[in-house]
Amino acid sequence: MTVENGSVETEGYVRKTLIPPAPPPRRLGGPLAWARTNLFASWTDGVVTLLILAALAWLVPEALRFLVLDAVWTGTSGEACRPEVVGHPVGACWAFIGEKINYLAYGSYPAAERWRPNLFFALLAFGGAWMLWLDAPKRAWGAAYLFLAFPVLAYALLAGMPALGLAAVATGLWGGLLVTVVVSMVGIVASLPLGILLALGRRSDWPVVRYACIGFIEFWRGVPLITVLFMANVMLPLFLPGDVTVDRLVRPLIGIALFASAYMAEVVRGGLQAIPEGQMRAALALGLTKTQALRAVVLPQALKIVVPGIVNTLIGLFKDTTLVSIVGIADFIRVLEAARADPRWSAPAVPATAYAFAALFYFAVCFGMARYAGFIERRLAAGEAR
Amino acid sequence: MAESRTSSWRALAVQTLLVLALAALAYVAATNAGQKLARQGIVAGFGFLARPAGFDIGQSLIPYAAATATYLDAFLVGLLNTLLVSALAIVISTGLGFAIGIARRSGNLLARSVAAAYVEGFRNLPLLLQLLVWYVAVRVALPASGDPAAWGGAFLSQRGLFLPRPDFFGWAALVPLASAAGLLALWLLVRASRRAVALGKKPVSVPWPGALLVLGLPALAWIGLALAGHPVPVAWPARGPYDIEGGLALRPEFAALLIGLSTYSAAFIAEIVRSGLDSVARGQREAAAALSLSRGQALRLVVLPQAMRVIVPPLTSQYLSTTKNSSLAVLIGYPDLVHVFMGTVLNQTNQAVEVVAITMGVYLTLSLATALLMNRTNARVAGGRP
Repeated sequence: MTVENGSVETEGYVRKTLIPPAPPPRRLGGPLAWARTNLFASWTDGVVTLLILAALAWLVPEALRFLVLDAVWTGTSGEACRPEVVGHPVGACWAFIGEKINYLAYGSYPAAERWRPNLFFALLAFGGAWMLWLDAPKRAWGAAYLFLAFPVLAYALLAGMPALGLAAVATGLWGGLLVTVVVSMVGIVASLPLGILLALGRRSDWPVVRYACIGFIEFWRGVPLITVLFMANVMLPLFLPGDVTVDRLVRPLIGIALFASAYMAEVVRGGLQAIPEGQMRAALALGLTKTQALRAVVLPQALKIVVPGIVNTLIGLFKDTTLVSIVGIADFIRVLEAARADPRWSAPAVPATAYAFAALFYFAVCFGMARYAGFIERRLAAGEAR
Repeated sequence: MAESRTSSWRALAVQTLLVLALAALAYVAATNAGQKLARQGIVAGFGFLARPAGFDIGQSLIPYAAATATYLDAFLVGLLNTLLVSALAIVISTGLGFAIGIARRSGNLLARSVAAAYVEGFRNLPLLLQLLVWYVAVRVALPASGDPAAWGGAFLSQRGLFLPRPDFFGWAALVPLASAAGLLALWLLVRASRRAVALGKKPVSVPWPGALLVLGLPALAWIGLALAGHPVPVAWPARGPYDIEGGLALRPEFAALLIGLSTYSAAFIAEIVRSGLDSVARGQREAAAALSLSRGQALRLVVLPQAMRVIVPPLTSQYLSTTKNSSLAVLIGYPDLVHVFMGTVLNQTNQAVEVVAITMGVYLTLSLATALLMNRTNARVAGGRP
């Protein structure tokens, strides 16, 4: 079709006869049609499908063999996991994990006092469930418990309080899952309030406050966590007056808390920016002060929509806690490395077993949290759609 | 009026207090640090950089000898190693991440599921754990150090990959200069092509002439120097009594870090790409199909260019995370900036404040530079909007 001087001239081609009817679609339902559309839509698709099937046919039985079929479940030393002793190829040496499980959970925490970490885990699970269950009663009380009462209780319980009859346990003895959970908890409990304050400060009308918050946030976000941990280790003691010493476990905790709060601040800022300005104006028009408006109108809405972002930051934080092992804190990874160096358990399968166990553990926790964030996100979206 | 005056007074008072508090904090920290450093007999300042380092570094892009090198040389070696592994990891993870992100929206069910499994698996495990596993895997896969594999002057064993290293000093500096000229010419070519398109003319062909310029110019310089009697000196690796000596050594730590960093970042990039693809309206794909573009053409010509607007900003921060994550090198002993400078140099000199400041300064500068560069790219893909 060409356009000339505003008039349309059609090309001289008009079909004179009917075209024959197209054949019906080959199949619309059934497994064959399903396979055709989903697996073999084209030649390249077919090749990709076959390649992936071949890879899976090798990988799945191999993984199954390692994790379950050829695995050794009982035994008291590395001998039980040596192929030449057992007489057949050996997969994972779960007997090793079985014997070390207490060490992996508590580190060198005295055996007689291990009810204290257990109680700590239970108290944490209680508070965590209260906060994560969105329809739970009195969630404000839950927050107060988790962010105010629980840290004090946890400290008294774990570090000990001779006045209450709890013997002091040096932090050097803490280890394993306990330390990983403590580091994550401190990161969460400190970073959430601090992050909210920083996010509000970054949006403040007062330039000094605003620039101080921007500088703080961008500094911590601009450097790797490992340098922060090194800095906390070597510079914190320098900055404190004369004979004040900081516990070796507390130093990375301070570093992680500051680091995490900068990331949390950016998540919260995203939520604050998503709240229309009309909300603030309406609240001011009703005679609320700015602080009241923030507390009662803007923040509750902003925090609600950033719950998925907060959970994602927490997943990152949980994974990042493994970095404390580099500065000598006996977290889960470090006690795992120490356990697998045990000469009594020297067998070729032990390192792979240790890493497989750690991978399953971290994956279960992180994937679970990610699923939860997705669930909240869908629920919020459904609420918006109503 | 009266209220605004009190609020402005309050603003002034709060901000003054904040400035004073920050200044007081800095003053107390500085005096404490000054006293402690004086007691330890450490001279503040950057003079230590000129002192001889006296330690060896496993992998170096520039000639480095323990006997003559200064702390400044050690810093440069560490910095170059960080830049090398980050740049390569960024390139590899971008390719892998785009492939996986596109696969997550492919018509092939298996490709979709495998891509989803990849993303969930790699994203939900700590990078530190993945590096430990890769490090073991790489060393198991390589030939034993006593029996290296050799191809035409290069060697591969558990001690690393040993390549011939050309030294670009003196006359040989013409080769890197020619590379730079080639890149500049490529940039001019791209600009000319883009201008031609903007003016509605036929675009200048870029790929072949560009490749010729970037690769041909240095090759020409290399050959020219050889003919002119100033051949580029090349250090060849050779088998010594204990180990392979000379040449450019790429250690297994480097390989493990590069693989771990690339596969981990690729999972995040895949998610970024997927959300970018999802942001393009379905009608665009359908319209492309109606114009009889194939799925691949539709993706390349219609969907991806639009998705890039959504992809580029988070991709920037992912590149920054990759660079920062490369500091986990310290875990497996790859001599990156943190390992060499915050590790060995800090331990030898005790110049904590200076070393921490320099290291963090490097990462902050990299962050800032990448952010600026990417903001410009972003402004372009966003279609002129800043």
